[in-house]
Amino acid sequence: MKMKACQAMVECLKAENIKVVFGYPGAAICPFYDALMDSGIKHVLVRHEANAGHEASGMARMTGKPAVCVVTSGPGAVNLITAIATAYADSIPIVCITGQVNTDQIGSDVFQEADITGAAEPFVKHSYLVKDPNDIPRVFKEAFYIAGSGRPGPVLIDMPMDVQKAEIDFEYPKKADIRSYKPTLKGNAFQVKRVMAELEKAKKPLICIGGGVFAANAQDEVVKLSHTMNIPVITTMMGISVFSDDDPLFFGMLGSHGVPAANRAVNECDVLFLVGARVGDRAVRTPLALEQTTKILHIDIDPAELGKNIRVDFPLVGDAKNVLTQLLERAKPMQHDEWLAQLESWRVERKFATAKKGTVVPRQFIDKLSRRLPDNTVVVADVGQNQIWTATSFHIGEGGRFMTSGGMGTMGYSLPAAIGAKIADPKRPVIAICGDGSLQMCMMELATAVQNDVRVKLVVMTNKRLGMVRELQTKGYNGRETAVFLDGSPDFIKLAEAYGIRSCRVTDDRSADEAISLLAEYDGIALVEVIVDENEATL
Amino acid sequence: MKHTISVLVENHSGVLSRITGLFSRRGFNIESLAVGPTQDPEVSRITIIADGDEHTVEQIEKQLNKLIEVIKVRTLTKDECFARELMLVKVSCPAEKRSEIMTIAEMTEAKIVDVTLTTVTLEICARYQKLERFIEIVAPYGITELVRTGTIAIQKGSETMDRKK
Ligand SMILES: Cc1ncc(C[n+]2csc(CCOP(=O)(O)OP(=O)(O)O)c2C)c(N)n1
Repeated sequence: MKMKACQAMVECLKAENIKVVFGYPGAAICPFYDALMDSGIKHVLVRHEANAGHEASGMARMTGKPAVCVVTSGPGAVNLITAIATAYADSIPIVCITGQVNTDQIGSDVFQEADITGAAEPFVKHSYLVKDPNDIPRVFKEAFYIAGSGRPGPVLIDMPMDVQKAEIDFEYPKKADIRSYKPTLKGNAFQVKRVMAELEKAKKPLICIGGGVFAANAQDEVVKLSHTMNIPVITTMMGISVFSDDDPLFFGMLGSHGVPAANRAVNECDVLFLVGARVGDRAVRTPLALEQTTKILHIDIDPAELGKNIRVDFPLVGDAKNVLTQLLERAKPMQHDEWLAQLESWRVERKFATAKKGTVVPRQFIDKLSRRLPDNTVVVADVGQNQIWTATSFHIGEGGRFMTSGGMGTMGYSLPAAIGAKIADPKRPVIAICGDGSLQMCMMELATAVQNDVRVKLVVMTNKRLGMVRELQTKGYNGRETAVFLDGSPDFIKLAEAYGIRSCRVTDDRSADEAISLLAEYDGIALVEVIVDENEATL
Repeated sequence: MKHTISVLVENHSGVLSRITGLFSRRGFNIESLAVGPTQDPEVSRITIIADGDEHTVEQIEKQLNKLIEVIKVRTLTKDECFARELMLVKVSCPAEKRSEIMTIAEMTEAKIVDVTLTTVTLEICARYQKLERFIEIVAPYGITELVRTGTIAIQKGSETMDRKK
């Protein structure tokens, strides 16, 4: 069918079943916006392009499918890079469409020209600069396929303005056929057998899950394997909420900010089975020591992760869902009573200190809040102390979901990602937890939430500091605190009022209860500011 | 240790920059890089000589394989391939030294491609190590200019990059 190329772009999105795009227009993407207007696809106008990427990322994490963001050339595209890098670090599938100057102007430094495919190259799974409008259907088909398959990641499509305005004969391909891209999905049968044999032989086996479990949608399979074989489980930050905190076989997050039980478990186990976890430096600081004492089995869809950060005895390339299903076919019930009892004894009941007057203990508040929210709540943690507090204290119930910028640690991720998640699944409660620093990196998105009536909840942990950096300075730089004071911040309650958002401030137990009721019961956008001690520790 | 890595890639614009970007980003050292078309006009072949231990080379291979436009990666060991590099070198050479240089050229299978009153330009095509030795031999005369293509390599026997024999 003959049509304008910009119309074809919209048809591609429809063919991919895209219902919402997050974006910010400008001259170089106007043809596309014009075609989008009557398409029935909802456009969410963000207030900064990075948040278009984060919102798409929040949506993609919920649906497991690529989500779309659209920005203009030059500054729009460059503003998006932080979000692209953030998605790349966590293997989140997003498709980013950028406007570009006319093809005959490329390379001549005209107004709002930026070499975005060049600039984003380190952070994309793949990118296209479309110079021939007839390539549009194939490029879009490939982009969605590449973003969502194998190890997911961002794909960028740069669209010069004249290409968008051309006329093409449109037919959407049924399949993407890329001869040089064939991700391995099933595990090698022989290797599957060997891994199972090792799991059966183990006296003190331990499963460590990561974000790859979500990427493969393998939550049920890994829970089943653990339950069938009675193998305890720990998680990286990216794997939080695969298991409910109520699961007796689950022992929490490992790593420099993890809980003692998980960290002792990883040091004491004899067989460590990594499932979609890449052993980042924040999770395992001394992989060498671990290699020497422990047999390591590792499933990953990305062969490059096997043996990259830690030496692996039994690598298994494949999609976690498929490989776990293969393993489940062979799994037999096992007993590890002694080992489990040992792990149980390492669990520590958390004790909270009494709060200084006018403040509350953040982890206690988060714990209490999480127990009042429905089990299926989606919680998005920002970056800083608030991230660790949330990761370790937010009680995940059955069917809950935790998400955060794990790999890049991008401040300002929580609110936009929460908006994306809420739009993806409006019936589920979605709550973002951030610091007063990180809020100020994304608070322009409050308007996006209001404009589109996206009923997210937001909790701001105000310590008047860039808390995590302040703590580094306290511990590592002789207490020389510098550039971490957030004086000059607005009154967040008044700010919420200005946006027409319900809000309240928590300074003691009573106001905490009121705030928790607001967050749990109010069906609308709400902001709660929690005042915490400026010297509150992360752990 | 030096490794010879052969890479078949889609002949698209921008592929080379993705590959060189990958090397610099991940801290892999490229010693030399040669690129050109193959018998299939849609496919280019890149030969990279890289420095690093086994673990590094394994990572290089795996990371290269992740680039969508990379069709095939193969590290060729010294024994399984013919490797060649072309070098042109301009040497100071007054008339009285000409016969000496001609003897060197003959003994090393280098070719004299140009002569002036004060210089001789030599062409030699050989393995990397032989070129290094050749440079040592002509250096005393004074090298005024030197240019190399980077190594290219092909497997011995009937086996090819994309097909086992
Ligand atoms: C975009 C970005 N800039 C800088 C940092 C470095 N950084 C890590 S934590 C942190 C402090 C965060 O402060 P706040 O949001 O107030 O949270 P708190 O640690 O106080 O809970 C900073 C600046 C970062 N992670 N991301």
